[in-house]
Amino acid sequence: MAVTGWIVVDNNYCKGCSLCVEACPQEVLALDMERLTPQGYHPAKMTQDKCTGCGICAVVCPDAAITVYREKPEKVTRR
Amino acid sequence: MVATAEVIYQRPESFTEVHTHYCPGCTHGVAHRLVAEVIDEMGLREKTIGVAPVGCSVFAYRYFKMDFVEAAHGRAPAMATGIKRVLPDRTVFTYQGDGDLASIGIAEIMHAAGRGENITVIFINNAIYGMTGGQMAPTTLEGMKTTSSPLGRDVKLAGYPIRMAELLSNMDGSAYIVRRSMHNAANVRKSKKAIRLAFEAQERGLGFSLVELLSSCPTNWKLTPQEALDFVGEKMVPVFPLGDYKVHPTLENLKV
Repeated sequence: MAVTGWIVVDNNYCKGCSLCVEACPQEVLALDMERLTPQGYHPAKMTQDKCTGCGICAVVCPDAAITVYREKPEKVTRR
Repeated sequence: MVATAEVIYQRPESFTEVHTHYCPGCTHGVAHRLVAEVIDEMGLREKTIGVAPVGCSVFAYRYFKMDFVEAAHGRAPAMATGIKRVLPDRTVFTYQGDGDLASIGIAEIMHAAGRGENITVIFINNAIYGMTGGQMAPTTLEGMKTTSSPLGRDVKLAGYPIRMAELLSNMDGSAYIVRRSMHNAANVRKSKKAIRLAFEAQERGLGFSLVELLSSCPTNWKLTPQEALDFVGEKMVPVFPLGDYKVHPTLENLKV
């Protein structure tokens, strides 16, 4: 099963610098040109479901705006 | 299969809820975050005192959820010396830019290293005075255009860039002097490890520790955030080579 992850961008912190967009190895991030943050920037968002939850976007984010989650499979115990 | 969500990365606890005043794409934010993460991991938040400089990071005390004081321009190492000597059980660090540390504050930093003060210095080198509008700094590269060197830095007139990590590594009192960069994810991770070791040096009482971080200034370099990071990797790293300039033997085999 492929590892699936997702990110949540906090629009109070994101400044739309697009460093995460450039750094994402899966190329699933883009700036959301439809929306503005309270500071007046276009925030980053996920465009596809191919995120692996590697966390590189969060490592390069200068504003600690990104929370990265990964789906953690739990083995069902057989009886 | 039942799946649960696992948090891979979240905002460090040592950060306040305030959004920073830094320009979009400025790596000051990355450096702040790395310091906050290291302090969280080492559990030092309750006993850490930071010293903020003058420059773009003048408001650093707003962004860290810990005790902070504001020093006069360039005098953060002198202030940190006093705090550490009065309160030796506290973790004391300064966070300084190149205009602050390498120009007006060069006497303070050299003497703090020479005395072997047991403090940690996070030195942000972006080769420019960011806060005041992009003037030439002591670390500005040869030929680099700034508002006060519009034809590029002429080394016959303005001299050569100063390499602080190399200088400070020659001081007997220094324990851990390294230079790292923040121009891509791999280098950011290496920077974090260096910051961790610098704080470990202080916790072990080994002496003066400094991490020089090559940083970008998209606004004053007049580049996009990504172009500015590429500039760091292509132009700054050859002039300011990354590496360990002095590592205390105690830290060499330390696993963090």
